[in-house]
Amino acid sequence: MKLLAEITEGTRISFEAIRGNLLRSVLTTIGIVIGIVTVTLMATAMEGLNGAFRDAISFIGTDVLYVDQREWFIDSSTKWDAIGKRSKITLPQVRAVERAMSMAKGVAPSVMHQIDSVRFKNRSSGMVMLIGTNDQFLVTGGVTLSSGRFLTKSEANANRDLCVVGSEVAEKLFVNESPLGQKIHAGNESLEVIGVLEKRGSVLGQMSLDNQMIIPIGKMFRGFRWDPSCTIQVKVGDPAHIEAAREELRGLLRKIRKVPPGQGDDFAINQQEQLLAQFKKVSTVIATSGFFITGLSLFVGGIGIMNIMFVSVAERTHEIGIRKAIGAKRRTILLQFLIEAASICLLGGTIALGIAAGVVAVARHFLPVMKVALSPSVVLLALAVALVTGVISGFLPAWRAARMSPVDALRNE
Amino acid sequence: MSLIRLDAICRHYEMGSETVHALRGVSLTIERGEYVAIMGPSGSGKSTLMNLLGCLDSPSSGIYELNGHHVGEMDDDELAEIRNREIGFVFQTFNLLARSSALRNVELPLIYAGVGLEERREIAIAALTDVGLADRLTHKPNEMSGGQRQRVAVARALVNKPSILLADEPTGNLDTRTGAEILELFQNLADKGNTLIVVTHEENVARHAKRIIRVRDGLVASDEPVT
Ligand SMILES: Nc1ncnc2c1ncn2[C@@H]1O[C@H](COP(=O)(O)OP(=O)(O)O)[C@@H](O)[C@H]1O
Ligand SMILES: [Mg+2]
Repeated sequence: MKLLAEITEGTRISFEAIRGNLLRSVLTTIGIVIGIVTVTLMATAMEGLNGAFRDAISFIGTDVLYVDQREWFIDSSTKWDAIGKRSKITLPQVRAVERAMSMAKGVAPSVMHQIDSVRFKNRSSGMVMLIGTNDQFLVTGGVTLSSGRFLTKSEANANRDLCVVGSEVAEKLFVNESPLGQKIHAGNESLEVIGVLEKRGSVLGQMSLDNQMIIPIGKMFRGFRWDPSCTIQVKVGDPAHIEAAREELRGLLRKIRKVPPGQGDDFAINQQEQLLAQFKKVSTVIATSGFFITGLSLFVGGIGIMNIMFVSVAERTHEIGIRKAIGAKRRTILLQFLIEAASICLLGGTIALGIAAGVVAVARHFLPVMKVALSPSVVLLALAVALVTGVISGFLPAWRAARMSPVDALRNE
Repeated sequence: MSLIRLDAICRHYEMGSETVHALRGVSLTIERGEYVAIMGPSGSGKSTLMNLLGCLDSPSSGIYELNGHHVGEMDDDELAEIRNREIGFVFQTFNLLARSSALRNVELPLIYAGVGLEERREIAIAALTDVGLADRLTHKPNEMSGGQRQRVAVARALVNKPSILLADEPTGNLDTRTGAEILELFQNLADKGNTLIVVTHEENVARHAKRIIRVRDGLVASDEPVT
């Protein structure tokens, strides 16, 4: 009860003091404002990046292993040479994996190739990503069909003139007519559309996943790419067994590709986790530098607050004397000045949030993929940081005020 | 048991290499309900003595017993509590909070005593009414005359019903007429049985009291009832 009354009184006095010196108080908060703007924007950017990145890599299944000639991320330059000498991953090798792999729900080869256009009658689609694969891609690629059907095993193996198109390709080529059963032209090939994929969106707003066209892998070899290296997509199905599956796959590939014991793998098994790890590395760097800037500006800002609080205490020494003479305890005076420092910092925090909200609005306007927004948790974080900075930097001046002797303070006018 | 008992109180100030002996061994007792005037030339130690009596300051040596409690053994916060509950202080320069209204100034000791909002408002208004300022509640100190300010200070000093009212040259900054008003106020309080200790260097002010203690060079020179 008494403490509550003292806090109320302290708040009241602080507000009067801040209002009385509004310009000075606002100017003092600049360091705090910069610090809080930084921390707010950074936290928001991190949230946005995280979300965007997760969206972006969601097309790479968490439980799918991708066997390639080379790693997605290569950290040392010496590796480059070794990688260049690796032999291609061939279709027979894919088939051998498919036959022998016990822990897989699906194994599919894939070869990608970008072509300038796909044509139907007088319409043209623009750039399309061709994916040569087989029936298993339905499992490993995580795609679903909005209409029609996917390639069957025999159709894929027989290199039939069939294709499944992405939703964007379908929209561009077919107006008011069903794509199914129509013959479209890609390169020198003429392919019948048997299915249309469900819409999937894009990666970071750039690379559309609906601009694809799936064809039997043999067609890819014959019509578009001469002797490419395949990617083997292995769907494990149970993320808990992904490590074991990885080991099985590795052993199998070494045997198939005849890697002598004691020699390193001449292939790479990639998975989504690697992307995530790489992303975490980058975001840690951003976070570290951001927190450094935040810490620095909060430190400088805190010194500024401390300084102005010393001034405030000095200016109000006589008032402190009066309050002590009529019964204010140390705690009362300490609270009064701590509240004042905290209020100044909260004022700074509020200004900072206003600025940050503006920046976020602008960023959202120009970078819609980031999906950034000031989340309540970030707002709370910002205000908490402001409060803590205020209390810490106000402590020394408040302590000095609290310990003043009443007579000495009263003599000061 | 006396209300106040001082025994060989000394207070000296260190001023660089010099030591100023403001009080050199003051012993006296004051009973409940007394009206005492303290007189003496400027620099004789009157204010130092008052600050000690009011628990605003601590002696360098000697014993101060207030209501049977040894003040010397109390810590800062206990002294604050004593100042809040037992002592009302009226200063020559009023010492009101400049930015606060008369009402808020008078409410302040009640806030520190933990009195709830409505009750303290009531008590503070009553205290201001008692000193004749019922119509000045919302006035700030700079909107009032010296006499009115000192009456606000008196109301503030009395609002927690202290055991002692201490006044250090309360009329020093007032003209004769308003000074007389304050003295009349004190007379009323004394008549009601309050304990008053007033520092002054004016004989006619001192004559209102029942007892005059004269101080010289930090010592009690004489201590006599007013005849
Ligand atoms: N804070 C202080 N520091 C140093 N000397 C002081 C202080 N307060 C009072 N004195 C000295 O102590 C003596 C008594 O002062 P004071 O009690 O104020 O006298 P009075 O009120 O009777 O005029 C004076 O010589 C004064 O200069
Ligand atoms: Mg004096």
